[in-house]
Amino acid sequence: MADVPMLEMKGITKRFPGVLANDNVDFDLYAGEVHTLLGENGAGKSTLMKVLYGLYQADEGEMRLNGEPVTITSPTSAIEHNIGMIHQHFMLVDTLTVAENVALGLHSSRGALTDLDAVSEKIVDLGSQYGLEIDPAATVWQLAVGQKQRVEIIKALYREAQLLILDEPTAVLTPQEVDQLFETLNQMTADGRGLIFISHKLHEVLALSDRITVLRQGRVTGYTTTEGATRASLASMMVGRDVKLAPDKPEVETGSAALEITGLRVIGDRGNVVIDGLDLDVRRGEILGIAGVSGNGQRELAETIAGLRDAEAGSISIAGTDVTNGRPVDVRAAGLAYVPEGRMKDGSIGLFTVAENLLLIDHNSKEFLDAGLLNFDAIRTHSQTLVDEFAVKTPSLDTPVRSLSGGNIQKLILARELSGTPNVLIASQPTRGVDIGAAEYIHKRLVAQRSEDTAILVISEDLDEIFGLSDRIAVMYEGRIMGIVDTSITREEIGLMMAGVTREEAAAG
Amino acid sequence: MSDFFTEAVLIATVAGGIRLAVPLLLAALGETFGQRSGVLNLGVDGIMLLGAFTGYYTVLKTGNVWYGLLAGIAIGIVLGLASSLISVTLQAEQGISGIGVYLFGLGMSDLLFQRLVGTPVPITKFPKIDIPGLSDIPWLGGMFFSHSVVVYLAFLSVPVAMFIINKTNFGMNIRAVGENPEAADSLGVSVSRVRYATVTIGGTLAGAAGAALAIDLGIFQQNLTNAQGFIAIALVYFGAWRPLGVMAGALLYGFVNSLVLQFKTLGIIPQSWSDIAAMAPAIITILALVIVARRFRAPSALTKPFTRGT
Repeated sequence: MADVPMLEMKGITKRFPGVLANDNVDFDLYAGEVHTLLGENGAGKSTLMKVLYGLYQADEGEMRLNGEPVTITSPTSAIEHNIGMIHQHFMLVDTLTVAENVALGLHSSRGALTDLDAVSEKIVDLGSQYGLEIDPAATVWQLAVGQKQRVEIIKALYREAQLLILDEPTAVLTPQEVDQLFETLNQMTADGRGLIFISHKLHEVLALSDRITVLRQGRVTGYTTTEGATRASLASMMVGRDVKLAPDKPEVETGSAALEITGLRVIGDRGNVVIDGLDLDVRRGEILGIAGVSGNGQRELAETIAGLRDAEAGSISIAGTDVTNGRPVDVRAAGLAYVPEGRMKDGSIGLFTVAENLLLIDHNSKEFLDAGLLNFDAIRTHSQTLVDEFAVKTPSLDTPVRSLSGGNIQKLILARELSGTPNVLIASQPTRGVDIGAAEYIHKRLVAQRSEDTAILVISEDLDEIFGLSDRIAVMYEGRIMGIVDTSITREEIGLMMAGVTREEAAAG
Repeated sequence: MSDFFTEAVLIATVAGGIRLAVPLLLAALGETFGQRSGVLNLGVDGIMLLGAFTGYYTVLKTGNVWYGLLAGIAIGIVLGLASSLISVTLQAEQGISGIGVYLFGLGMSDLLFQRLVGTPVPITKFPKIDIPGLSDIPWLGGMFFSHSVVVYLAFLSVPVAMFIINKTNFGMNIRAVGENPEAADSLGVSVSRVRYATVTIGGTLAGAAGAALAIDLGIFQQNLTNAQGFIAIALVYFGAWRPLGVMAGALLYGFVNSLVLQFKTLGIIPQSWSDIAAMAPAIITILALVIVARRFRAPSALTKPFTRGT
């Protein structure tokens, strides 16, 4: 390591109205290393990096690059200082070609005209150098997710980034794509570049980093070298107490199949087949996890079961009742509880209060009606019970849901959905973007519901979650189940299946 | 009906269609730039009306049609900048603010006309230029090569627009900003600068379109454009945000209009039907819009103001 760090951030403080997003944060990075920023959503990782990249201006603190004080006021000045950023959501223009995306914002050698031929040539060079092969003439929307990420990295390399910020770069990749990405990143550090890695996937952090800085509520709460750190030690640094990464699961005798799907075929929003001949049974007292990279039909599967999307062929039954293409209200009457993946979009109404959101599926029930009018006393009692039981942290029952944290909204939705006695529970991405404490609680509730003889379908992109919760795992790829396996399967095998390899081929290696 | 199929009438119909397409073509090309960058300017018709009055009044006072055209362009630039300010800097709701610009142009052009002119006085029109050699070709010469300079310029601006949008850095920036402004911003492309430029180009061409219309007719009256600015916006959708498609739409509208005018003149359409027939171009345009435009996707950021870091 060189003596002078390539980046020093000292005492960075950034305030937003009512929020202290970064509170006197110190962070540094040496050439040739990977320094991870670890923390939960809202811990201030992204804010700190946006300050570094010139998207935000710090209220206090100073930054030095290679020992020289700098002020970075815009992405342009960040790029001029050889800082590159791979954003969590791809910053690509879908309708432009790879070469155009790379050339965007750069000076052209042909003046006012684009010089895409020269750019394409260099893209191919960089690609072969770093294992990032890509067709420069391809239009971005045609690319697979892993390829889009290559374009993002090439964009930064093309601009001669020496310091690269990677904001949750693995969120949408299969395990194999992650391995490939890490190879590229290792090559970049070997070339003397410095990388800042942002993630909450602990095993990836351990695999890639040299050093780890932990943020919580805007402050640095932990620092460690990777040597000697474990997933459990990192998790407790993030949360500030010991956490259970996987819930304790009691033995439960599985019963009959409460959710039966046969030959399901569904057409997606763009008119293409998104679910293609899918068969699946979920028995009472078991949790079936659906693993897969998002966009392989998981969302459509959940929506079709819930009656929110029509099946073109096949049948779905819940506890013996055929609910194929039934109205959502009929499907619920058959005993379905549904926690959708978009908690703000589909799971709750942001402007409605906590009490109103808790009432949403029961608003026609006699229990809460008095001569056709809402019975507010009954509603308040009911919602207070649920809020207490599910430990939803809210200032009052009259607080609009959108001002709660993600974890609390998720707990509220779970409380509403489990307030009946469901035969089947579908939980789609139940802990995506929620803090570890709430995730721990949600997992505990799902396991408890399993003991109540509910058949549970958990759809998740998070393999840790899938492994921790599931009794059986179904891997979904392009609208099909690639195989149903138990939890003794390795991550590598699951990764191959997520990329479209069948169980038999995956086991053969 | 046999009256229609004579050489003179057919040539006049086609030539008339091309001539009528010009204001729409100019305005719609300008609007294409704005929309490709993500800004819907509904005020086109208002800018056209003020361009038309300014052009008309300048020709009335100076007798020079080119001064008139330049005056229309100048007012277009001013109103284009004003529209940019409203949509880009002030981030007004684009579905509504443009209507304000339209109403302003509609009212202001009439007010100025009443105060400064009062009763309509005809002005000099654009001179026709016969292109040597080509204009002598039987039939085709009269249809395509015996027009005013403005007509040639308008059609010439189609390949120019295509070149700018597809082959220049500026054009690449426009497409990027209209599709994913966050991405463009993260690479140092100034979203607001690009949008100011495109909306001002739109204003400029709308001003030119208005002046071209008034000087082509040699007259001004209240609501001279008769909502052609709105048709121009529809044509941008019709043309799927591509200059060639926009040109096809403008020509379709121009020809249908020209045809209806000829039919009325020749008495093929009874007088009592003429009001209904006058709607034909709009109806055909809407039908074509419904059928054609569905297959194409609008720029993703269309009508969405951009704020960094959200």
